[in-house]
Amino acid sequence: MLEARNVTVKYGSRLAVSDVSLRLTPGELTAVVGPNGAGKSTMVRTLNGGLKATAGEIILADKSLHRYSRSQIARRIAVVAQEADLRFPVTVLEFVLGGRFAWAGKGAWGWETAGDLECAQRVLRDTDLENMSKRLLSELSGGERQRAVLARALATEAGNLLLDEPTANLDLAHQAAILALVRSRCDRDRAAALVVTHDMNLASEFADHILLMKDGATLAYGGPAEVLTPKLLGQAFAIEVLVDAHPISGVPRITPVHKALGGL
Amino acid sequence: MMTVAIEEPQSQITFQGARMTLRKTLVVCSLLLLGLLVLIVLMSLLGSETLPVGGSICAIGTLGRGDCGLTSDQSLILLNIRLPRILLGASVGASLAAAGASYQALLRNPLAEPYLLGISNGAAVGTMLALVFLGSFEWARPLMAFSGALLATLLVYRLAHGRTGATPERLILAGVIVTTFLSSVIVFVTTLMDATRIRSFTFWLLGDLSGTTNELLVIAIVVAVLCTSVLAANARSLNLLMLGERDAFDLGVEVSRVRLIVFVAASLLVGSSVAASGSVGYVGLVVPHLVRLSLGGDNRMTVPAAAISGAVFVVVADTIARTVIAPRELPVGAITAIIGAPLFIYLLKRG
Repeated sequence: MLEARNVTVKYGSRLAVSDVSLRLTPGELTAVVGPNGAGKSTMVRTLNGGLKATAGEIILADKSLHRYSRSQIARRIAVVAQEADLRFPVTVLEFVLGGRFAWAGKGAWGWETAGDLECAQRVLRDTDLENMSKRLLSELSGGERQRAVLARALATEAGNLLLDEPTANLDLAHQAAILALVRSRCDRDRAAALVVTHDMNLASEFADHILLMKDGATLAYGGPAEVLTPKLLGQAFAIEVLVDAHPISGVPRITPVHKALGGL
Repeated sequence: MMTVAIEEPQSQITFQGARMTLRKTLVVCSLLLLGLLVLIVLMSLLGSETLPVGGSICAIGTLGRGDCGLTSDQSLILLNIRLPRILLGASVGASLAAAGASYQALLRNPLAEPYLLGISNGAAVGTMLALVFLGSFEWARPLMAFSGALLATLLVYRLAHGRTGATPERLILAGVIVTTFLSSVIVFVTTLMDATRIRSFTFWLLGDLSGTTNELLVIAIVVAVLCTSVLAANARSLNLLMLGERDAFDLGVEVSRVRLIVFVAASLLVGSSVAASGSVGYVGLVVPHLVRLSLGGDNRMTVPAAAISGAVFVVVADTIARTVIAPRELPVGAITAIIGAPLFIYLLKRG
């Protein structure tokens, strides 16, 4: 369980996150949505200890986050943030084994154990990368690389997954595949996941809770049907939206209405 | 816990060829080390004075204590001139290659290299100040060289990190600025020296293995072995840092601690090398690049393998330097630069 209690983060005098609370529970997926600059990525980094909260507290399994060491946190919280630097040759397997770093013994010189290899094989299978373990990361397509980044995060076996725009730059099929995989981690392995996304419809389909942020503050926090309303989304994005039911799943479906096209 | 222990029949997962292993690292490094030892003996036979092969090998094996049939002049040339010079070349090459490989991983830049970043120049300024102001104190040279290297490292690192982080281009530009600034400091300090020393000093500055002392040789060897081991011990952290500082932090690397260890260990390596032999350039660029090309990107292999290969590279380069226009000699730095500069341009063009 990972929890933010009244967290405020300031960059100098600029307020990036203002008094935000949220709770990640095992088995549940929370989506964070909101316009650019709303403080979504700052929130992810703060939850993981990468940024210090100016006020408020992060609680990891009933204890304040700053009482854990770096590797203790890395065994409990996995982050998918940005694409890796690819100036050096690294195979997919080597990359994914990076997720086992925090499990190494005292001397980080250590080589991976048989257990580490088994774990890598498992996540490579889950992310459909089994046949690519030998390939260089730089040779993969965008979708495959994004799966490798996710595989590395899963290899940490952390119970809390924080994903910052994991579907950016992916095509339709891959977007859904990535989120379905995270969803199954929640359902099958009781992981707690937080996904930052710009795609309201993906959030609506996969999330149990949605945090809608604007200007660093919480605009709404609740189930998809409560948060994804024309009024709230209009407030957040200053755009008119149409919300109806998805023809198959019945979850809220969001359609922006562009004035230039004549509106309704 | 998310995983359930299941009795799996195939517990032997090998992933043949997809990753570096401890066994392969040990085999490769042992072979390289053996090659280096053979090379050291062979190269000690080459030079303007021809030495008997059997007698020389015997003399090296017994460290001059046995009777190997060498004349006292031959014994002096072999044991007091050539062998120390070759050993110095080996430790300088190992130091610069290990430092280069580590800087590259830490700074995520295949072009990062002690000489090109101005770190060697920082060490050179330190050495010069020690020579001019603390000439009688033998330990002052390596200590001042280390301080100069560390200060230059921190300066380049600060300059390279803008608000948007350090881009490769920014790092190289910062290196150029620090290098040219320190070069002008070197010119300034040179004017404080008397005219007779300037020539030998200029030679040293270009990278020269001939004018060292036993103390500096011992320091260079000890520092090379110890600091390369320290860097190799942090190689798994470097593997993650190489792919991004934030990701490494997220995966549990104590980023600032590892950065400090690498900066200090690499500065010690560069400092002790420069104090003994001046600025030998491009070793830290050429050698790690070739090692990665043939053995992959795992720093647990790259750091030790580059160190031993760097020793081979400089020993060979110095043998060329002292034989190609014999009886006159070239500074070894001239040979390494002739090989290194084209590779630098190639790497730059490739992006």
